[in-house]
Formats: sequence, structure tokens, C-alpha cells
Amino acid sequence: MNAPVINTSPAVSDEVRKTTCYMCACRCGINVHLKSGKVSYIEGNRDHPVNKGVLCAKGASGIMQVTAPSRLQQPLRRVGPRGSGAFEPISWDEALDLAVSWMKPLRETAPEKLAFFTGRDQSQSFTGWWAQAFGTPNYAAHGGFCSVNMAAGGIYTIGGAFWEFGQPDWDRTKLFVMFGVAEDHDSNPIKMGLGKLKARGARVIGVNPIRTGYNAIADDWYGITPGTDGLLILSLLHCLLQAGKVDLDYLARWTNAPLLVNATEGPEKGLILKNAESQPFVIDKRTGAPAPWDGKGVQPDLGATWQGHRTVFQHMAERYLSPDYAPEAVATRCGIPAARIRALAAELADVAFNQAIEIKQPWTDFRGDTHDTMLGRPVSFHAMRGISAHSNGFQTARALHLLQIVLGTVETPGGYRFKPPYPKPVEAHPTPHFVTAPGKPLSGPHLGYVRGPEQLALKDDGTPARIDKAFTWENPFSAHGLMHMLIPNAHAGDPYRIDTLFLYMANMAWNSSMNTTKVMEMLTDKDADGAYIIPRIIYSDAYASEMVAYADLILPDTTYLERHDCISLLDRPISEPDAAGDSIRWPVTEPDRDVRGFQSVLLDLGVRLGLAPMVNPDGSAKFKDYADYIQNHIRRPGVGPLIGFRGADGDQEGRGDANPAQIAAYIENGGFYQAHVPQEGRFFKPWNMEYQNWAVQTSFYESPQPYLFNIWSEPMRKFQLAAEGHGPIQPPDHLRARLIQAMDPLPVWYPPFGDQEASGWGYPVHALTQRPMDMYHSWGSQNAWLRQIRGRNFLYVPTKIWEAEGFKDGDYARVSSPNGGITVPVAHMAALNENTVWTWNAIGKRKGAWALGDDAPEANQGFLLNHLISELLPEKGDGMRYSNSDPVTGQAAWFDLRVRIENVGPKDHATPDFAPLPRVVPQGKDRA
Amino acid sequence: MTQLPTHTDKKLGLAIDLDTCVGCQACVTACKGWNDQGYGAALSDQNPYGADPSGTFLNRVHSYQVQPDIGAAQIINFPRSCLHCEDAPCVTVCPTGASYKRTEDGIVLVNEDACIGCGLCAWACPYGARELDQAAGVMKKCTLCVDRIYNENLPEEDREPACVRTCPTGARHFGDFADPDSNVSKLVAERGGYDLMPDLKTKPTNKYLPPRKKDIPQEASLLAPLLDIQATGFAGWLDKVLGKLG
Repeated sequence: MNAPVINTSPAVSDEVRKTTCYMCACRCGINVHLKSGKVSYIEGNRDHPVNKGVLCAKGASGIMQVTAPSRLQQPLRRVGPRGSGAFEPISWDEALDLAVSWMKPLRETAPEKLAFFTGRDQSQSFTGWWAQAFGTPNYAAHGGFCSVNMAAGGIYTIGGAFWEFGQPDWDRTKLFVMFGVAEDHDSNPIKMGLGKLKARGARVIGVNPIRTGYNAIADDWYGITPGTDGLLILSLLHCLLQAGKVDLDYLARWTNAPLLVNATEGPEKGLILKNAESQPFVIDKRTGAPAPWDGKGVQPDLGATWQGHRTVFQHMAERYLSPDYAPEAVATRCGIPAARIRALAAELADVAFNQAIEIKQPWTDFRGDTHDTMLGRPVSFHAMRGISAHSNGFQTARALHLLQIVLGTVETPGGYRFKPPYPKPVEAHPTPHFVTAPGKPLSGPHLGYVRGPEQLALKDDGTPARIDKAFTWENPFSAHGLMHMLIPNAHAGDPYRIDTLFLYMANMAWNSSMNTTKVMEMLTDKDADGAYIIPRIIYSDAYASEMVAYADLILPDTTYLERHDCISLLDRPISEPDAAGDSIRWPVTEPDRDVRGFQSVLLDLGVRLGLAPMVNPDGSAKFKDYADYIQNHIRRPGVGPLIGFRGADGDQEGRGDANPAQIAAYIENGGFYQAHVPQEGRFFKPWNMEYQNWAVQTSFYESPQPYLFNIWSEPMRKFQLAAEGHGPIQPPDHLRARLIQAMDPLPVWYPPFGDQEASGWGYPVHALTQRPMDMYHSWGSQNAWLRQIRGRNFLYVPTKIWEAEGFKDGDYARVSSPNGGITVPVAHMAALNENTVWTWNAIGKRKGAWALGDDAPEANQGFLLNHLISELLPEKGDGMRYSNSDPVTGQAAWFDLRVRIENVGPKDHATPDFAPLPRVVPQGKDRA
Repeated sequence: MTQLPTHTDKKLGLAIDLDTCVGCQACVTACKGWNDQGYGAALSDQNPYGADPSGTFLNRVHSYQVQPDIGAAQIINFPRSCLHCEDAPCVTVCPTGASYKRTEDGIVLVNEDACIGCGLCAWACPYGARELDQAAGVMKKCTLCVDRIYNENLPEEDREPACVRTCPTGARHFGDFADPDSNVSKLVAERGGYDLMPDLKTKPTNKYLPPRKKDIPQEASLLAPLLDIQATGFAGWLDKVLGKLG
């Protein structure tokens, strides 16, 4: 054998720079290797709290992003008709002056005429601050069309939700159940968690109509009918209650189960009963008399009835013990046999109560009571868009949290664990602010959590203050706004006309809008005088997405490897249950074209507009750029965007003065910082004084905020009371019945809106989208490597429909909904709910976009379901058309879609087939 | 014809856990990224922004549907790369000696200087684990990251194949199958790791750990109601349930 001598120790690279990934929303730490100044290899950062060294398919492909031919090259001004793609390059000074010439008059006369919405923005505490300084009430990010039901359902119930808010105790859980997790949020952490469970043989159950990805490795699969998860969960509750398998001690101590519900007829009926000091109270089992809810040694009586007022526990038990929730009563609707539902309930109870675990760690609760150990119920859950993107998603999310609470798993070992700054009850969040005045900043932060009708964003005449109608009677808890209603409302001039639409990283002319075809028309529609109905559109993106052609002014952004960013605890941080965390991005390579980081551009605009927080008294810029802001902005005394290395010496954590060397310290530390929760504070966080005091010290609260979980939601009941006619602020009559149903203070299930009508009109099939793990979020779709893995999408059809329609490989289907039709390629899939079809989201592209060739499969055979989904529900004879959204939060109800399928035989391209977009960058040729 | 060694000191390879692989493709692009700048010629991409983009990948993941006799259909995600066979037909078929199996660790490699791009080895490999790079004109295959696993410029913990280092679920394990006490040997013993297509007698080094049985109900007995609520009413239930708290 003459094996050649090979060098097994080649030099790897000249330098490694550690920053934060942005190929999706996970924010993993990455090691970017550089050779001769160019990015040569990207791998996960082993020290990073989010990914601990691993990296997904997208992350490693980031190297193709920083050289992508679709990158915009310089600022552009539209010269032809809107949508024609005719632009001329202009300088940054011209671009910014033009933007200011549009914005400044608006600020001086009617700030609400600027609508500033950001898409997949990871700097919302900054962009929101800018919008507040400008004075417009019209600001939000993309949460309204993503997963606000998940976030808000959690906040209103337990003070946190899944993903950034909290996660399963992966190291201890014995049974993990996931509902509606479509391979996306969050990506690597869930995969790592599943890997841990698999390595120790813990059990994984998937509840999902589609058995791909995470659900493919589940030990058991419940192929549920879309939109019925809430019904299944309430049936599980029924079984648990019926058998007495509920954690009574947990319910009595940590939830509002022992509080009394006012039974007196009138304006306070159904609110939590308060004492003379306006405090809720419990009945102490030791005395049978009222006692403070937070009193030391108090033993709350879950079964108390006091002067005719019964406990929340009794209301809850009575509701779910009803035969309406028996497995036999829900099985057909859920598509799951009753015996399977009973078996799942039994499994949950067995693990929670027969396999409980204990950590020998004494701790003290907020009442001053001490506990020798931490008792854990090792059942955990995760859920995401599959349950939240329905018009009953808020209540379903609440139902899931109620199930967790009743099993006693939240914040116990083996269960669900909050990640700082969560837990944070509704009371610790701001309320919405919307009051505008010419030339003045907004009265406070835009987005928040409504406690009652008095906090709705309504003008004195009762009309919506916001263009997206967030925080109105149509969707009172719209904590993330309704980005999907922005363009339709602006086009309709309902509730009013705006002048300038300012969008960042949001592909609203394609996959981020419902009813895409119509939205493209709205963006180009003109009035009788020939003027655009939406007069001006400014867009910032790094790539030539479909939206670019519809803007009047393009502000080209950098790629994520060329910019500063801040993953802040004021925003959406990267914490773990045992540590608060934040991180940065920094330019590990410099842009080779005339582009600027959007956040720095916003600051520049702010200076040109004279926005107070961005200028010095002499009018000069207070912050040189976004990096300067990250280090030197003070949100409230001692608190800035980053918690690490604060103070002049960089040795303070959480609170401290600005540190001019803070970013350098973060870079030195691998791009992130962690503040560790003390050992005694690691579980029972909402009630654990060690945690509460640490949270104050680390700047998440100004004072300890212990609270009880809200099985009974008083804010919701306040809206029901209003709908029943109580109180001075009254909803319109046509919304009363809907509010009474949707704002039920106990979790409830109702069929998704439009479901019955769709089914009655001949649209029997559910249609869903999922995000592929290797390509979710559209900016990955033009990636040279990733598109080789998944350059096509099919409509996946279950066996029953496949056979009934006589489909063969190569066939296309005509897919129709009440909103229209598309013709798309099909593929057979057996591991699928028998009444459900689905496809991958955002593979389909418009010709001419993303620097792809006109013959690219994404632009020919690729397709979107968006054309089938209306942003409005059908008219029902009352002349009203409601938004296709959850009635509580306004979350876009993407997954309520119902369709009809017909085999149309072999075709060579999907329809609708739009005219190619004129190219704003040349078609990509070879790999850079 | 190229000779295979009669013995290798180590049998380095991968144990791939099909019970854990979610098919996320992370290993595919980590491999592409490392090997694009690593051993031998870069991994080129043809027509990367047009129709039918096709490039060289040393590792690919496929998804298969399985319909058991009883129960719901399942999906198995199946990563595929060179198995570093003991009786590697790709080596013995090589007319120039470019394909060879290393005596020290059993890794099957291509000496690109000697490769004439004839493609015989790809034809001989029953696993489809070799790809001829269209730009370089040489045969590319998994090197088991031979330029990582011994690389003294890398921290010790990083001296493993790129696909193993990146795998988010930890479904890929790297080790020495010649050592019965190695992590991979133990996993194979515990989990019934198996050879791919053993009847071909290629004696693959890599092993696959099979999916665990799915859709089997747990033993937990169904929950018995505390009492007949219809008969005793809610008050009776409440007394009974709260009595437990005692």
C-alpha cells in the first residue's frame, strides 16, 4: 500500500469572529472563520447559551448569504410606475433627504399618517422607541401574523409562554408533548431538547395533523384535525378532573383557583371578589374565614363558598366536568378516538403524579413560607403556530397552559421553566399608548397588555386610533398589532387614510400577506385623480425580495454578518431558565456595496427629523450609529439595551452606567453575556423570593412581582361584562355576542371562524403550511445551497383524497377556497390527517425576484397558499366583514383555511403565474 | 484494481441514530461548508441560481415513508454518506489506485492527484455515496473529516467530523468501532445498530441505530373516575377530591 501522505492538520482559518446568526429567529452563536478577509466557514459557538455549538442547515449556509446575488447594492428611487421595478440609484444623502421631505410634514401635522411596521425585526425595543419619538401610533412588528396567540395566551395565563419566554426542563422531563410545532420556533433549542430526551429514553408525543420533522420522531402521534387542539386539551382536563388527578396543593398555593368569583348580579359579576382594601382574598381552611391571598401560613380552601361566592376552582371544575368535554363527545371533531384521548390523559397523570421528582433545595416563597425541597412533575409541553394560527388560538393557548397548571408542572423540576425576564404577569407589562399630537412624541410605548375596555386604543369618537385597528373591540388583546391588516386598511382608508408606509424586512407583496394577489393591487391602486391610494412607500431590506418593486424609495440594509445588532432583554432576549442572556451582532466583514445597517439609518433619519431622544441640544447627533446607541442609550436609570459589562469599569451586571467599551467586552466574551440565576431561585420563579430579588437586582423589575396564575382571567371577564351591557365603555352591538363567546374568562373552545360556512359551501379539506427546518423564513430561499435541498414545494395529499381523486405523480390539483383558486403540483403523503393537505411555506417565488433565473423551479412550479386566504371573513348577511383573525388578539388565522381539491392532471407550472418582476439586481450566475 | 488493507488499526466511523434524526439537513450543509474549503478540491455548484441547481454534497438526508401493518404511517429520516466499508467495492474497482482505505483508521479516501474522474467507483458503490465534482473533475466523498479529526490547529473537542459537531439532536456519533468500549460500539450494542444492506457483504463501518417502536400505548392504566358525577353531583365530586388534600 502506498497511501499518499496527507496533511491532517491544515490551518483552519486566519481568524475566528464570534457573532450571532440571523438565518432564522433563533439567534444562535456562530464562529465565523475568515481567510484573507473573506468568510470561509461558519460553525456553531460551543459556549453560546442558545445552541451550545450546534448549528442548523441554514446557519452553516450563511456563507452563501453574504455573497448572494440578490443583495441590494445602493439606495433606489422609483422612476416608473409602482410595481414596474423601474428605479434609479441615488446617494444616501438624497435618499434620506427624500424620506425626511415626506416624513417631516407628517410629524408636524398628523404623525399618525406615517405607519412604520417592521417584519422579522430583532430590534423592536429600538424601532418602537424610534416610532414613539416620531409620534405615530402606527407601529408594530410581525407578531400579529405570526404567533401572538401563543405569546398573549401565555402572558394572560401564566406570565410567559413558549420559546423566548420559557421551555421544557429538558434535563429532567420524562414526558414531552408538543402541539402544532411546525418545525420552526424555536429551531435548534427544540432539536437539542429532543435529542436529550431521546438520549435518555424519555417519551415524546406529537399532536399535529402532519407527521414530519419533530413529529416524525415522536414515540406516539395524534394526527389531530386542525383547529381542534383546544377541544382535545379540554377533554384531557375533563378526564383528569373526573379522576381527581389534579395538583390541588399547587392550585391552592400558586394559582387564582382559591380566589372567589363575585356572584352578585350587576357590573361586578364574575370579577374576582375584593376586600375593602381592593385586594383579592381566600378562605383560610384553618379558620373558615377570609384571609389575605398572600398571607404567611394561610391555607387557601379551594372548595370554599363565601356569602354565595364560589372559588375559581369550583367554576373551573364544574365547566370541564361537563359531559360536553367527555372524550366520547369530542372524538369525532378532533379526529382522535375517545380511547386514545383517555390513554393520553392517563399517561399525563401517571408521569405527573406517580413519577414525581424532587430536588433537595430549600427555598422561601413570597408569603414567607419555607419549603425543604422542590417537588417536580416531569411532564412538559411545547406549542407553536399550529395551535395559535387559528381564530380560536388564544383560547387554545390558554387551555394548554391550564392543563400545565392543573398538572402542577409550571416552574417545577421536570416541567415548564420560565426564562428571564419572564415570569412577568400582565401587570408588569405596559398598556398600549396611542395618543398623538403634532410635533410631539407618542404618549408612551405602542404595544402592551390591555386590562380592561378603558385601555382600548379608541379615539374619543370610539373609532380605532391605530391603522391596523389593534386594541379595539374586534381584537382587544392585540399585543403585537395586526400587520396583516395594515395594507388592506390603508387601502380602504379604514379607519383613516395614511400618507407614508414605512416597512422593514417584511415581504408584504408576497408570502407575508394574506390574499397576496389583492395586496399587490392595493399597493399599486390609484384614486380618481391618478394618485396612489397609499401615497408613499419606503422599504428597507437587504435583498431583492418581491416587496422591493412596490416601494418608492429603497433603503438597502446590510446582511447579518456586516452589521451591529443587539439581542436585548428589553426586547426578545436569548435567556435560558438558569440565566438571563443577551447578545450582539457586529460587522465580522465589511459591506462591499453602498448599503447601511437599517438601525443606523433610522438614527440618521431621527437626527434629520430632530427627534428629541436622538439629538443633542445643539441639534447634532446624540448617537454616531446603532453601535453607539447600543452602548450609550439609557432606557431608565442604570438600564440600557445590554445587561453585561455595565458601568465605567465594565464590572456591573443588569444595572449600571453606560460603558463605552461594552461592545468590545461582548466581542471578547464571544458575542453574548449571561447573568446566572442563583441556585435557590431556579424553580418556582413567580413565587420564589430568591428569584424575585435577583430579578430586581438584574433590572427586570423595579420591585418583586409575585403573582398567581390566572386560571380565571379577570381582564377577559371585564370585556364580557361590557358586552353584557355593563360599564360606561360599550362595544358596538354587532360585536356583543362574539365578545361574550371569545372573552370567556375560562378557556373555551369554539369552531374556527368560517369553518362551518366553508364546510357547508363545499370546502371540506383543511389546508396548512409548514416551515421547512432547512429553510424557514423567506430570506433563506434564494440561498445557493439550501435551494438545492428544497427548491420545490408540493401540495401533500393524504391517502384518502389521493385515491378518491385518482392522483398520480406529476399531477396538478386545482385548489379552491372561498377566496379563489390555485393550480399546484401534488405529492402523496400517508403520515397525514386524512382531511388535511399542506405545503412548505415560502418556497414559491415570483419570477424576477431574489436574483433567481426565470426558469427557477421556485418561480414556476413553486406556489403559495396565501392566494386562497382572505384577510377578511366572508360577509354573513349583516353587511359586516371581519378580519380573518383571532377575535381576542387579532392573530392572523392562516390555518383556518378550508379548500376543495380537484385533479387536473399533469401540468408544467403552477398558477397564478404572475408577470416577471423587472430585476433590480442582475440574475445570479455562478457562486461567488 | 486497488488492494484493500487486510487489517486496519482502528475502524473509525459514524453511528447514526434514526430514532433521533429529525431530517433537519444541518449535517448536509455543515459538511458542505467544511469540505468546500477543506480536503481536496472545493465542492462546486452548477447553476446555483437557475433551474435544476446541482452541486457536490458528500452527505445527503432523505426522508422515507413507512406504512406499518398496523397503525399510522411513519416518516424515517435517513442521512446517507460513505460508510467506509471494510470490503469497499469502490476501492477495488479503482483503476489508478486513487481510491484507497487507510490502514491506520480505515477511512476510505480519494487521492485526487491520482483520480482520473472515470466514475467507476461511484458505479461500484451500492450506497450512492460518491459524487464526481463537475468543476474539478475528480471524485468527491466523505473523508470522515480527516482534516479535522487529527487537526492540531483545532481545539481537542472539535476534532470530530463537521456533521457530528453540528448535529442539533445529537443523532450522529463518531468513534472507533474496533474498540468494543468506544461510545459507538456501546451504542450499537445497546440499540441494535445494524449494517446497511448487509447482504452486499461490503461490511460497512458506519452503523445505523434503528427507530424505536412507535405508536405503542403506554402501560398507564386508564383513569378511573372518583365517583359517578352524574349520580352524586358536583358537590359530591368536590368533597371527594378535596378530601384528598386533607
